[in-house]
Amino acid sequence: MSENRPKKMKNKQPLSDRRKFILNMARGVGLATISGFIWSAYIDEATASQLLLRPPGAIKEDDFLKTCIKCGLCVEACPYDTLLLAKPGDHKPLGTPYFVPREVPCYMCPDIPCVPVCPTGALDESSVTTDDKLDINIADMGLAIIDKESCIAFWGIQCDACYRACPILGSAITVEYIKNERTGKHAFLRPVIHADACTGCGLCEHACVTEKPAIFVLPRETATGKAGDYYIKGWDKNDEKRLENAKEIKTTTELSKESAIDSLNNNLEDLY
Amino acid sequence: MAKLWNNYRYLILRRFTQISILVLYFGANAWGWTMLMGNLSSSKIFNVIPMSDPYAALQMLFAGAAMATDLLIGVAVATVFYLLIGGRAFCSWVCPINMVTDLANFTRRKIGMDKIKGVKQPASRNIRYWVLALSLILSYLLGVAAFEFVSPISMVHRGIVFGLGFGWSVMVIIFLFDLFVLKNGWCGHICPLGGFYSLLGKFSLIRVQHNEENCTLCMKCKNVCPENQVLHMIGKESLPVLSGECTNCARCIEVCDDDALEFSIRNMAKKKKTGE
Repeated sequence: MSENRPKKMKNKQPLSDRRKFILNMARGVGLATISGFIWSAYIDEATASQLLLRPPGAIKEDDFLKTCIKCGLCVEACPYDTLLLAKPGDHKPLGTPYFVPREVPCYMCPDIPCVPVCPTGALDESSVTTDDKLDINIADMGLAIIDKESCIAFWGIQCDACYRACPILGSAITVEYIKNERTGKHAFLRPVIHADACTGCGLCEHACVTEKPAIFVLPRETATGKAGDYYIKGWDKNDEKRLENAKEIKTTTELSKESAIDSLNNNLEDLY
Repeated sequence: MAKLWNNYRYLILRRFTQISILVLYFGANAWGWTMLMGNLSSSKIFNVIPMSDPYAALQMLFAGAAMATDLLIGVAVATVFYLLIGGRAFCSWVCPINMVTDLANFTRRKIGMDKIKGVKQPASRNIRYWVLALSLILSYLLGVAAFEFVSPISMVHRGIVFGLGFGWSVMVIIFLFDLFVLKNGWCGHICPLGGFYSLLGKFSLIRVQHNEENCTLCMKCKNVCPENQVLHMIGKESLPVLSGECTNCARCIEVCDDDALEFSIRNMAKKKKTGE
């Protein structure tokens, strides 16, 4: 008993400063870890790919999200009120600029006022410049896609609204004549999009006469596939160049040393 | 009338600057004014002078963004500006959230929230430095400016200039938090931007100076101060308020009936002291 007493007293003594400090730091680190996980989970969701169309000259989406300071100078520079800043409730990465072509498309101003005002380089002037001159025709905001099922030109009804609306008609959209076998005496006038020229401005989507647009712009990354390294256009000198850097991949399958006929002698065990 | 002005002169001036800044930004977007374009994250004054939020730029640096020259110049302008006039002058003279938290604090005093017994301030004012550090770590790990995607300041400010959406709910959250959960909760405990400007403001020139001889220990200043830990010298020593956490809001100067507090320039204050 007499030995226990001083021990108990010791327990009641206030914590040493060092211990207090360590405990407080541990508490801080613990709370920071909790909030860090919650915070990063939110940001991961909030910045997930959203099929957004960015202003002309926008750099790759990943880099755009880290470089855009969300100041809205591009939005203010846009004379058509095309560009919007994502606000809470829009379900888009907060504060970043985007546009909805069905509402207001990009009218492709030749002086591209939205790009040079960007203070951070999230809108890259060099990506819309040819020969030291701003050139909106090389902008790449997205790529127009046609839904052949709902496009009335594919039904045989004459409509070239998208073709007429295209600011670079003849290169981004052309019209192709094809015989209408159903009637035998009419022609289809089908719009065809050329991915190398399309800027994704969305004037076609804006002009489309169907209830929900049959031609619409998607981010190029989403709208395109990729053939990969296994297929080469042998007739295309440029495409064949890809072979120069190709590496040979050797795969070897080990051959069974047993004779094929032995399989008949092992009581069919292998089959079950 | 003169007394009214004397008691609220800085408050009136602060509301005037806060609101005019909002109006100028709003006008830039709505009617094409060029005096103050963009928003608090990055702006252009008269289409020439850039100004950028140094804390946002720091997060971008941690996120691995390439830093453009325009941005760096803007950051330099803002940094020098707030280095001179006091880092947290941003908080009390520019930030729109300040109006929300001041209203919450005012209501708190009026309805006597502070007098409920047993309600203690459960949080440390150092949380903001933890949030500041955390925001930089998360920016590095996630590759985006972490605080900029959750910042209620940007959300509300951007909302007022470019369209609010659900941004109003953020204001309500902060108001209720400051009113019922934690006194001076957002601005005085959590906001990492305030923490950032506290660190920057350590070196600023404009300071509140306390003159102990005039002090009658009425403690009105401590009562009204949103960061009252910076007023530790009241009634004890004639010292300038040197903590970077002081927002230079000047409420203490206004409520003091005894001329015991005034604005001064840091070095002049020092010289006065050595001269005596």
